[in-house]
Amino acid sequence: MRVVNASEITKTVRQLCIDANVNLPEDVCRAIDMAIQREDYLPARNTLELLVENYSIAAKNQVAICQDTGLACVFVEIGQEVYVDGSIEDAINEGVRQGYRDGYLRKSCVADPLRRTNTGDNTPAMIYYEIVKGDGLKITVAPKGFGSENMSAIKMLVPADGVEGVKKFVLDTVANAGPNPCPPIVVGVGIGGTFDKAALLAKKALLRDVSRANEDPFYRRLEDELLEKINRLGIGPQGFGGKTTALGVNILAMPTHIAGMPCAVNINCHVTRHKSKEI
Amino acid sequence: MKKHISTPLTLDKVKDLHSGDEVLLSGVIYTSRDAGHKRLVEAHQKGEKLPVDLKDATIYFVGPTPAKPGQALGSCGPTTSYRMDAYSPYLIRNCGLTGMIGKGKRNEQVIDAMKECGAVYFGAIGGAGALLSQCVVKAEIVAYEDLGAEALHRLEVKDMPLTVVIDCYGENLYKTGVENYLKTKK
Repeated sequence: MRVVNASEITKTVRQLCIDANVNLPEDVCRAIDMAIQREDYLPARNTLELLVENYSIAAKNQVAICQDTGLACVFVEIGQEVYVDGSIEDAINEGVRQGYRDGYLRKSCVADPLRRTNTGDNTPAMIYYEIVKGDGLKITVAPKGFGSENMSAIKMLVPADGVEGVKKFVLDTVANAGPNPCPPIVVGVGIGGTFDKAALLAKKALLRDVSRANEDPFYRRLEDELLEKINRLGIGPQGFGGKTTALGVNILAMPTHIAGMPCAVNINCHVTRHKSKEI
Repeated sequence: MKKHISTPLTLDKVKDLHSGDEVLLSGVIYTSRDAGHKRLVEAHQKGEKLPVDLKDATIYFVGPTPAKPGQALGSCGPTTSYRMDAYSPYLIRNCGLTGMIGKGKRNEQVIDAMKECGAVYFGAIGGAGALLSQCVVKAEIVAYEDLGAEALHRLEVKDMPLTVVIDCYGENLYKTGVENYLKTKK
């Protein structure tokens, strides 16, 4: 049994909150840089260049890339041989509290969806635990802005809809979102499981580097095809027209019921943030 | 060629702005988003005096991050505008609002009010909060401080890079921009 002190978790979460919000992950920076090379529509290229300027200023001055510093989504992979000395949930929330305060990040969390009083410290975090083998402890912080979250969708497709049904739903969701989610976007797709599992898969798909290909050749081809079709919609950066509507499509799939094929599309903006650390 | 414009946006200036124009905006603008809009409209409906005069004024849909030492305002990119669609026509028709800055689509009711009264909708680069922050010379909270990031701020901006998305004639760059791009592909 490995003992991890709760204060270590707080320290890590605090740092990851700040790091994720001011330093755009390398894979997303690279994807934007590459999109500029490929973009053949001048207004779109100019817009993409402003995005590069923006993430460079943020990194240089250590300020938030985007003012929507999101709900703090925290993914915890905890080995079953790890014992946390203290409350893991309290430790994570304390890390979020400190990170959002010390990093000059926006507090965007309301205590109740209908009564809407701001909690003032961006807690509670949206925490996802996964118990794995061994004695490792990996924490990922992925702040999620709601301009893009609001454009996400889920549909209970049926087996007869097949792969064409998935493609249509993804394309319709992106087309319907248009300029709203701050394109160029990253598209997370979750297929299978149950209603809730599909949504979680879509969110987890956004954690994968956009530059990394799917390990399953079937889904790799589907991702490539969807990306090409999305980028033929013409929405472009900020919706002002252009080739670059999406930087990547990431799919995660899992077993499901003989009667169903849930499909969730979680959209993320060009500020697709995720930072991880192993304790 | 970018046009330099300054607030207040009087009708003659509004009429001279066309969908697709790239502008650099300077002067005083106000910030407001979901909760702030609700309060402004409700206050006006009750006959109360608004905390700021919206005649020929411009509202920026934004909830900034807190300012770091040395900054006038933190990161301050636009929020998605459609959530203000329920309130914008009222502010245009009854309070004289002529400028809105945000990102994303607006509904027909907003566009109708813009055409009827003469108002313009600008797009700021969504997600470019750090960049846009550098255009803010001065910022102060003038009302609704309890709303935190959603408080009504008075901002003085200099050369804020914006694009006219929907003009007072109803032309919409979200439609024409995509059409123009797709035409180049044929």
